[in-house]
Amino acid sequence: MCEVICVDDAVERIEDGAVVMIGGFMGSGTPPRLIDALVRQKKSDLTIISNDTAKPGIGIGKLIDAGLVRKVVTSHIGTNPITQKLMIAEELDVELVPQGTLAERIRAGGFGLGGVLTRTGVGTLAAEGETTLEVDGETYVLAKPLRADVALINAKLTDYLGNLTYSLTARNFNPLMAMAADKVFAEAEAIVPVGTLAPDVIATPHVLVDYLVSKEACHG
Amino acid sequence: MDNKVLIAKRIAQELKSGDLVNLGIGMPTLVASYLPKDLEVFFQSENGIIGMSMLPHPGLEDFDLTDAGGNPIGAVPGAAGFDSGFSFGLIRGGHLDVTVLGGLQVDERGYLANWMVPGKMVPGMGGAMDLVAGAKKVIVAMTHTAKGAPKIVKECSLPLTAERRVDLIVTEMAVITPTADGLVLSEVAPGTSVEDVLAATEASLIIPDAVGEMKVAA
Repeated sequence: MCEVICVDDAVERIEDGAVVMIGGFMGSGTPPRLIDALVRQKKSDLTIISNDTAKPGIGIGKLIDAGLVRKVVTSHIGTNPITQKLMIAEELDVELVPQGTLAERIRAGGFGLGGVLTRTGVGTLAAEGETTLEVDGETYVLAKPLRADVALINAKLTDYLGNLTYSLTARNFNPLMAMAADKVFAEAEAIVPVGTLAPDVIATPHVLVDYLVSKEACHG
Repeated sequence: MDNKVLIAKRIAQELKSGDLVNLGIGMPTLVASYLPKDLEVFFQSENGIIGMSMLPHPGLEDFDLTDAGGNPIGAVPGAAGFDSGFSFGLIRGGHLDVTVLGGLQVDERGYLANWMVPGKMVPGMGGAMDLVAGAKKVIVAMTHTAKGAPKIVKECSLPLTAERRVDLIVTEMAVITPTADGLVLSEVAPGTSVEDVLAATEASLIIPDAVGEMKVAA
């Protein structure tokens, strides 16, 4: 059963130095209030696992702007010149992973798999230092599972229990990440009564959600 | 005709009705603007949709519906949405008929390099490695040279995107078909000679007896 809490109380539960998965693709599907609270509370030394670092001032780009990130595991930083600058200056550790492999590593982490074999990256820099295996004459790269201390999830709708639905391309990595972290924080565009979401549209069942961010601001 | 338009129009001829197609950001995206009217293809965006379309009208932007560059898009009737794992399952699993990507270099083996220039530009591979490894047909859309230097080279000096022979290279000068025997010069652009192409290409090209001309509508 998830706990309904205000956004600042939620983020107080995240420690400096945490490994944090954050849903979203170029900011679409990234939980805006949780990101803003991370910046307000100056949670630092974070390792972020996310598809990209968006742009300065947008989504995960805000964490980069604020200098809160020590490392990112991501598929693309080309749209964020600050991420690139920090990487070149060796102030930010960037681990680049092919996008489909990143998704599978997160899925493996959440689905209890020891890894996934993929043809993606064979013979490229992405396979350097990685284990390769031959199966029926085909070479594959072993993509190892990824897990996080915390996942920050952005949903379209949630009910009071924490059942989540997603919208269009804002879905992206969110349902995968909701499986792959020790503590899952969900923020939704709208909160609706239990029973109004049809079971078939629920993409993330409430048992996966630990904290549901309420609409109200925190007091005191 | 603008070089990019020529390339886009020529690549549009490669698509067939019913194809599931992924267009990379930049020049490849232009291909969607030059499809024959009677052609029905479905565009995938790797951030999680089949059936993306141009934004039908300014003012209808919704941040929940964007392309892989984060730009607002529309969706056609019958569009379907899914998560990133499923999206790349489509790509790697042999369900994607065609991918059109930009290129920095293609070599005599038909191998593509398009995701980084060490020490200068390290944007990350995004979905490119999965797309090139997984799509049934890989089409490279690029200018023939960069600042005068050939981009079709003997062997890629830049990091490879995949150890896979791409299926077609379309530039403003030529259409080149990588084969097991090497790069075949299939077509030259209007006003371009075979010698012009050879002069702008570092890789060896196989020249058939009859080289066609790139034919696109004005």
